Amino acid sequence: MTTPTPLQPRKGTAVRIRGLGKRYGARQVLQGVELDIAAGEFVAIVGRSGCGKSTLLRMLAGLESGTQGSIELNHQPLARDRVAEQGVRLMFQDARLLPWKPVGENVALGLSGPDVGARVQEALAAVGLAERIGDWPTALSGGQRQRVALARALVHRPRLLLLDEPLGALDALTRIEMHALIERLWREHGFTAVLVTHDVSEAVALADRVLLIEDHVVALDQPVSLARPRSRGNAAFAHLEGRVLQRVLQQPLPTELSIAAL
Amino acid sequence: MSQVPTEAPARWRHLQSLVPWLLPTLLLSVWELSARMGWLSTRVLPEPWAVLVAFWQLASSGELWEHIGVSTARALSGLAIGGGLGLLLGLLTGSLRWAEMLLDTTLQMVRNIPPLALIPLVILWFGIDESAKLFLVAVGVFFPIYLNTFHGIRSVDKGLIEMARSYGLSGWQLQRLVILPGALPSILVGLRFSLGLMWVLLIVAETISAQAGIGYMTMNAREFLQTDIVLVGILLYALLGKLADVLARTLERLALRWHPSHQSHNGAPA
Repeated sequence: MTTPTPLQPRKGTAVRIRGLGKRYGARQVLQGVELDIAAGEFVAIVGRSGCGKSTLLRMLAGLESGTQGSIELNHQPLARDRVAEQGVRLMFQDARLLPWKPVGENVALGLSGPDVGARVQEALAAVGLAERIGDWPTALSGGQRQRVALARALVHRPRLLLLDEPLGALDALTRIEMHALIERLWREHGFTAVLVTHDVSEAVALADRVLLIEDHVVALDQPVSLARPRSRGNAAFAHLEGRVLQRVLQQPLPTELSIAAL
Repeated sequence: MSQVPTEAPARWRHLQSLVPWLLPTLLLSVWELSARMGWLSTRVLPEPWAVLVAFWQLASSGELWEHIGVSTARALSGLAIGGGLGLLLGLLTGSLRWAEMLLDTTLQMVRNIPPLALIPLVILWFGIDESAKLFLVAVGVFFPIYLNTFHGIRSVDKGLIEMARSYGLSGWQLQRLVILPGALPSILVGLRFSLGLMWVLLIVAETISAQAGIGYMTMNAREFLQTDIVLVGILLYALLGKLADVLARTLERLALRWHPSHQSHNGAPA
């Protein structure tokens, strides 16, 4: 048996973003974003609501095009209509399972080849839902649906997994379980992971680097060098979480909000 | 038998299930009685028994089955033509913006013409031929299916389409796996509306003129004052309409097993 070493070259995609900007009508969301993500790295993006963190992720997923700038995946320009072939998979805020397909067929979506059945089995087993393969999605709990969505992403053996606040709607205990699951699968598969979250504690628990998006750019790039698996009770963890949170809050609130807060 | 307290409510429930049939039974008995006593002329309304006898005679001579066969074939061909066209155009205008721009306004205008208002024109165009009947049925069933298909496709969850695209699905695969199943509940509602309209239009078309079919049988019987056969015809339309509805419901239940509303139906005691 070989033990996976984090030093060996990973199967992840390296991401390179240069001068990326996005504008919706008159509103500039992102401008001049510069970002490098190493292959196999786990990056978390935090920021206030509406700061553009989800927009950045959707551009990485090819769902939206940038107004300026470029995105390269492993030195190839991102092709918006072929991101699936470039090994990019996205997990949405809601599970987005097809309600008219049983769990197994949802996981098999877009998959072809002779070994589809075995791969679906394997992916569902990895998220602990092997026995629910024939159930309708409506029969699952919210957490189970997100686990099926995770299996659906993993079955394609992605090289870049994008997570758009996938745990936002789950209860606290389920979230902690999902953190452990996502971390374990990331270590096993070696993909590059980009997680967008509003939960700083979640970001510090999972990521190698925490990025803050503020005023259209990456305003903070905080490495997290805590040993894995990380425990939240740990003093170093709490210190780092506090620091990032303080930095997020440092930005003064928009005027109408600060008046409302008083 | 011992007097168990739970027995009484059980017997009461049994009686309760008979209550809906009380009124029809009463009406039938009054009807039969008044016909036998001569209060009701057979020309106005023959006794229920005579209707049954007429039904039996028509059935055993084979005449009945021939008429039912002809009418059903007409109804189904009309449905196939009008419904098929409605489905096709609905899919087209639902999925392609330019097709909607080109066709939808026109179709919405034509939709406001009641199909029965077309009868004089239809007779001028097709005479009193078979094609006239098919045309009327086809026009009538076209719109419910067209409108519900269009609406169904437009109301498919955009999030699911986005997800499927980002998982590499496009073209026919996207249609087959995501858009069509998403539109199916709405399409089936359209089908049920169409089935109701189909019989109404067929009745009218067959009473205008026909050489066979339930409408022909009834109009013919009217000529000879055979009120019992007229009633057989009317009851046949009721039965066929009900049958079509039951079939559509079964189709819905089979095709929409995944739908929460159907799952709760399955779980509930009948």
